[in-house]
Amino acid sequence: MNDGAALLRLAGVHTHIGRYHILHGVDLAVRRGRLTMLLGRNGAGKTTTLRTIMGLWRRSAGEIAFDGAPIGALDTPDIARLGIAYVPESMGIFGQLTVRENLLLATGPKGFDAARLDDVMGLFPALRQKWHNGAGSLSGGQKQMLAISRAIIEERRLLIVDEPTKGLAPAVIQLLIDAFLRLKQTATTILLVEQNFHMARSVGDEVAVMDDGRVVHAGAMADLAADEALQRQLLGLSLASHQ
Amino acid sequence: MSGALARLRAGDWSAYALLPAVMLASLPMMSLSAWLTLTVAGVAMGMMLFLMAAGLTLIFGLMQVFTFAHGAFITLGAYLAVSVLGALAGWSVAGSWWLNLAALGAALVAALIATGAAGYVFERVIIRRVYGEHLRQILITVGGLIIAEQLVVAVWGANPLPLAKPASFRGSIIIAGAAIEKYRLLAAALGLVVYAGLQLLLSRTRVGLLVRAGVENLEMVEALGYRIRRLFIGVFVTGAALAGIGGVMWALYQEVVTRSIGGDMTILIFIILIIGGLGSVGGCFTAAILVGLVTNYVGFLAPKLALGSTIVLMMAVLMWRPRGLFPVGAG
Repeated sequence: MNDGAALLRLAGVHTHIGRYHILHGVDLAVRRGRLTMLLGRNGAGKTTTLRTIMGLWRRSAGEIAFDGAPIGALDTPDIARLGIAYVPESMGIFGQLTVRENLLLATGPKGFDAARLDDVMGLFPALRQKWHNGAGSLSGGQKQMLAISRAIIEERRLLIVDEPTKGLAPAVIQLLIDAFLRLKQTATTILLVEQNFHMARSVGDEVAVMDDGRVVHAGAMADLAADEALQRQLLGLSLASHQ
Repeated sequence: MSGALARLRAGDWSAYALLPAVMLASLPMMSLSAWLTLTVAGVAMGMMLFLMAAGLTLIFGLMQVFTFAHGAFITLGAYLAVSVLGALAGWSVAGSWWLNLAALGAALVAALIATGAAGYVFERVIIRRVYGEHLRQILITVGGLIIAEQLVVAVWGANPLPLAKPASFRGSIIIAGAAIEKYRLLAAALGLVVYAGLQLLLSRTRVGLLVRAGVENLEMVEALGYRIRRLFIGVFVTGAALAGIGGVMWALYQEVVTRSIGGDMTILIFIILIIGGLGSVGGCFTAAILVGLVTNYVGFLAPKLALGSTIVLMMAVLMWRPRGLFPVGAG
């Protein structure tokens, strides 16, 4: 992958969780204005990679650079303030807060920007009807919409999303695909972990495939989508089960 | 507040109905005047318990810190009441309601500032070293409570100190044939004001939103760009300051101050936190009043059972709702 325009770059990143060595030298480049898919089987290290980028788990070796500046030693709040939004696999919704309050927490000191809010609500109109409802009462799909809305309610330089389609109905998945396609039109840089290859193929520009704590393949998503043998080699059974 | 409305909209009203249900259930067992007296006494006691417990529920919920030293701030507040009201004895015994109120206000402000400052030092020096280590938290905060009690002895002496209520707040007024202590009405009013203030803070300010969000998911709050450790300090200081205010009110209610006045409340405060649901201010408020009511009703109807009534209440609530009346994070 030509990473000359990389907004985020990981070089030889290792992460230990307790005595377990999870990442074994991850090299990854996320290009500016592109949607990069991070694929791989369960346990390959995708979530750990995202959490390491966000500083939620500390790297034990290697470098992480954002826009050319090292961020590996920064605390999570400082990383977020660089303009990096993170949607964890659990979605991280505050169930005791309303939809409005969840979104408000992600805005700057001045609160909502009306035009931006309209844009975001345009992606997920269902949320506007639930504006004053407790977020805990939302369906799984609505929670995911809220999590993604919260991540983009302010202009971000990089959006990191971990398995947004997990456990969701096909209709909701299609809604998310449409939302990511519209986000791509705004040239938002996105790093997306996904097990659903249909979604990956639909929205991805670039792809990196992980296995056993390393990136074992990186290139254009279109190339991987066109090469079934490579898909089988890299993704194995997980591909067939998610097509 | 919005969370409470959301719960009511969702039809989850049974926990809110518990207080009126307990009040009504006790009514046939006694005369109306006795019921009115005990109900006001129970609510007032509950408000004082709420003042002492409110900060701790946020400390538990947000910071996941098991602190047994909370009683030290109650004790400090109580002794400061002795010192301030002693220094302002002229105001306290004067016939003027305003002077009496000023004396009490001075004691409350002194306790608020001193216990808040003590809370800041305690968090910076001790608590911040043991975040995430529950066993060490218990050991170090129990040690902190013991040291605080000995410091109190060093400053104020080992003997119990009498503490008279300001003149205007002594005695009772008669309402519908029931004797209602003036001080209890005052304590109930103060508790309501603090509860309303806390709810406004939690529901209408960004700091309040952060506290409520942090109680649910600290990691996500940090991932949104907020430095949660600064919030921890603020919550700990607020909790300590509220405990100090509670200590003043509890000491005046008891009219005697001992070095263990705060430590003796620790178990009851934990019971309130568990009944209400850890981290829930609304739950703490409801549970404190519930404990106050049950203690007073049972103390009147079956005095020998009064001591264990709160334990039985907690067991009953936990069998009904294992995470308390208003569990945080239950959605």
